[in-house]
Amino acid sequence: MTATVASSPPGVSGSAVDLRSLLHGLPGVDKVGVEGRAAALSTRSIKTTAKAAAIDLAIRMVDLTTLEGADTPGKVRALSAKALRPDPADPNCPPVAAVCVYPSMVPVAAEVLKGSGVHLASVATAFPSGQAPLDVKLADTRDAVAAGADEIDMVISRGSFLAGRYDDVFAEIVAVKEACGDAHLKVILETGELGTYDNVRRASWLAMLAGADFIKTSTGKVPVAATLPVTLVMLEAVRDFRARTGRQVGVKPAGGIRTTKDAIRYLVLINETVGDDWLDPDWFRFGASSLLNDLLMQRTKLTTGHYAGPDYFTLD
Amino acid sequence: MSDRVDVRRTAKLFINGEFPRSESGRAYEVTSHDGRPLGWASRASRKDLREAVVAARAAFPGWSGRTAYNRGQILYRVAELMEGRRAQFESELADAGAGDPPHGVSAAIDRWVWYAGWSDKVAQVLGGTNPVAGPYFDFTVLEPTGVVGVVAPQDQSLLGLVSRVAPAVVSGNTTVVVASERSPLPAVSLAEVLATSDVPPGVVNVLTGSTAELAPWLAAHMDVNAIDVTGVPDDLVADVERAVADNLKRVVRGPAVDPFSEDAQSPYEIAALAEFKTVWHPIGT
Amino acid sequence: MMKFEYAPAPESRAIVDIAPSYGLFLDGTFTEPSDGGVFKTVNPASEEVLAEVASAGARDVDHAVAAARRAFEPWSALPGPERAKYLFRIARIVQERSRELAVLESLDNGKPIRESRDVDLPLAAAHFFYYAGWADKLGYAGFGPDPRPLGVAAQVIPWNFPMLMLAWKIAPALACGNTVVLKPAETTPLSALFFADICRQADLPPGVVNIITGAGDTGRLLVEHPDVDKVAFTGSTEVGRQIAQAVSGSRKRVTLELGGKAANIVFDDAPIDQAVEGIVNGIFFNQGHVCCAGSRLLVQESVAEELMAALKRRMAHLRVGDPLDKNTDIGAINSAAQLARIRELSDAGAAEGAEAWSPPCELPDRGFWFAPTVFTGVSQAHRIAREEIFGPVLSVLTFRTPAEAVEKANNTPYGLSAGVWTEKGSRILWMAERLRAGVIWANTFNKFDPSSPFGGYKESGFGREGGRQGLEPYVDLEPVRGKAT
Repeated sequence: MTATVASSPPGVSGSAVDLRSLLHGLPGVDKVGVEGRAAALSTRSIKTTAKAAAIDLAIRMVDLTTLEGADTPGKVRALSAKALRPDPADPNCPPVAAVCVYPSMVPVAAEVLKGSGVHLASVATAFPSGQAPLDVKLADTRDAVAAGADEIDMVISRGSFLAGRYDDVFAEIVAVKEACGDAHLKVILETGELGTYDNVRRASWLAMLAGADFIKTSTGKVPVAATLPVTLVMLEAVRDFRARTGRQVGVKPAGGIRTTKDAIRYLVLINETVGDDWLDPDWFRFGASSLLNDLLMQRTKLTTGHYAGPDYFTLD
Repeated sequence: MSDRVDVRRTAKLFINGEFPRSESGRAYEVTSHDGRPLGWASRASRKDLREAVVAARAAFPGWSGRTAYNRGQILYRVAELMEGRRAQFESELADAGAGDPPHGVSAAIDRWVWYAGWSDKVAQVLGGTNPVAGPYFDFTVLEPTGVVGVVAPQDQSLLGLVSRVAPAVVSGNTTVVVASERSPLPAVSLAEVLATSDVPPGVVNVLTGSTAELAPWLAAHMDVNAIDVTGVPDDLVADVERAVADNLKRVVRGPAVDPFSEDAQSPYEIAALAEFKTVWHPIGT
Repeated sequence: MMKFEYAPAPESRAIVDIAPSYGLFLDGTFTEPSDGGVFKTVNPASEEVLAEVASAGARDVDHAVAAARRAFEPWSALPGPERAKYLFRIARIVQERSRELAVLESLDNGKPIRESRDVDLPLAAAHFFYYAGWADKLGYAGFGPDPRPLGVAAQVIPWNFPMLMLAWKIAPALACGNTVVLKPAETTPLSALFFADICRQADLPPGVVNIITGAGDTGRLLVEHPDVDKVAFTGSTEVGRQIAQAVSGSRKRVTLELGGKAANIVFDDAPIDQAVEGIVNGIFFNQGHVCCAGSRLLVQESVAEELMAALKRRMAHLRVGDPLDKNTDIGAINSAAQLARIRELSDAGAAEGAEAWSPPCELPDRGFWFAPTVFTGVSQAHRIAREEIFGPVLSVLTFRTPAEAVEKANNTPYGLSAGVWTEKGSRILWMAERLRAGVIWANTFNKFDPSSPFGGYKESGFGREGGRQGLEPYVDLEPVRGKAT
């Protein structure tokens, strides 16, 4: 089974790529080993100045997210305001990286975020299931970009991937990337449905070869979302991909990251796997909602010396 | 000190880590061997039994999935808590008519400790590698069978109960215990010990009530993998053994020996409620 | 791009209270040495003196063995369940005092607190729990219905895992009904002395455990003592030979756990990232002060370049420094003497033509330190491929086929451990069948468990510690094997 890389994504030479051989030829991942490494890195103790710097970086990396059926313009306006100014009591608190919403809410968010530098990410391609015809998914994407989104979070077809139809998954990503125009494309692998770390590595490479700017773990809508070991495998993949092709791709764990402690563990993971180049909101994001308030509370504790309470931070 | 009115006990069922009353609303008065009222116990129904089996099944993956060391640690700590409750256990045994309550409690705790220590050893003693005649690595491991129904001995000593429950849970099984009808209180106190220990909810469930009513339902339940019929009255044994045939439950019965003797404890009690799994793998470059 | 510097994250020393001096623990109490004198134990990360310790002389060794002998009859007569419960108490107390003991171990030995906290202490406690659970069921261990103990065990342990080696020695000995006299290494006596206090807290009958501190001479006196029934030693092959000679002609039972030069074998289909972790863990865990360290990397030639690049990239993230900092990966070398030995062999490696590489790292100016180092271009004849360095130095060799890997791995007088990295199950088993080593790790390394027997082939010693097999050295085998002629 071969798929000619017709549009030659950056970093891959124009020759025909036998996707299946490439993906199945990647080194395997030992589950016990990778989980052990993630657990060992979780024992790093990040205190005082290191913790303060990590918290600020984590805040700057948050894609503040609301993806509920019950979302309204009011809710999205409030969330966007919070994205610009997370801590009502401290203007020095940095803004987050982006707001992440459904396409229908993009115009609302765009109005609030205009000119601020905070990005506007929209999910698209029949998020979260991805179960829709391709032309519907592409229209979804184009509309979101036209309405003001500068980042698109798409979902891959997990059914096709697990059935081994890698070319179909590849072609879809290429098409969506084209529909994005200038917008950045994050490809959601839905790692909780892929079953093995080997599959996570393969899906990561597939997405990157097809042109993803970011690879993202989860929609947040299935029971198993981002974990440290899964993110570790994806970080190794982006590291190896850059070594092979020269192109840097970002990583976004999403779902289930609720506490500052969790967030700092991810930063340690980046630091000791791929290094400084990814310790930047341009190359790493947290897909989260309640994480932000915990980061703010921890930030306040470091500056004031006392433990904060939830009443002092906005619930949006 | 004037005659103080004491607070009497209501013994409830122990299902999924909680203490509900029977859904049937029934209860019965528990009396001592010499006729004194001791309190009330729930009279479990077949629906309670059904709920208990559901709880045990749900708890099985977690309990059997723990390392043997972790299970051993948890069970050892249960012994610590039993030691702390000596006085209550001794008075319950005295009420039940036991000859030497302190000896009975000590023996029960030591037996519990004995079984706890098997968790990370039984595989080495009863399992192993098999030297098959070919280039294969062949090994046999012990796995818990699943949900085990235990009809506890009727002449309820704590020791008798422990001797049936401990070998079941140490390998990772979860249990539904039908307590002695006549003297259920030691089983209830053991349930209280388990509830305050690190044993996860659902691993041991204790039903008080009529053995004749509950045992047949336990025996016929299709989601119970094994049944310990030690406490089944003689006139019911045949019926019970017929009932288990439908899903071919494993049937075990405790040895007819003095419970205080060492013959009453054995790693084969653990194996009787476990499966042997054999795995083959070729050897080559 | 941000540079993520970790701020210092020191574990507090306040939890451990080290006395200025310690005597010998004989017959349940601490007593002054009668003729041996004293010596100091230092913190190898700073060269600060931690305490003054007694040096046991001939009379002290006599007292210790006599105390153990007196305690032997009542201790061995105790029913199994009672001995079990003493051991359970000890296990529990080790658990309760784990943090204190971990800090102490890092101060006295130089190993990172993360390792003493997360590896040494949990394993030590688990070892006591495991053997406590054998004490009341020895009849099922395969040595007959009522295995009897040997008597007084003389146990000499090394400085690399002081508390853990103590657990490996004392737990099975006591479970079987023996009494012990244990000598910790002279550079790491403190955790054994704290263990003496734990025995007291557990109300262990006096004389069952005796701790005598001292150096090589004390060890020799202990091992040669005529009233000792059993000798157990973990340490260098050189001293192991001396002990074997010293007990020859006596009826003492002996077990020895000695050195190694383990091959860590990586095939072309290995899970590369996890193999790199396994290599790093194999040689840099505990500063390489590990008898079973994977000190020879045997990499299949077709992936050698890729693996070396990944390994060096990974080594650059190793943090060398203060053992009490929770983020330290590699601590101090245990002593000036050991550092000198590592340097000598490392210099030999360079002189013989191998190429050394270390990641840049800042070493503190006080204390004993050696940067993690990897030598490439190593051949079987080089000293660094044959001699145990016992430090954070890895020698890399290549191979082409599985048969060649086996040949090179086995081509050593040692035989303690080996590692195999490949995705192919049948190959793991084929290699395991052929590697002449007592412990084989496949797709992992340096994993220990009280239920898993550990010990070597050839000059790595004999006898096993851990598991059911670990009871054998401490029971009388005559009932099952017949009287020795």
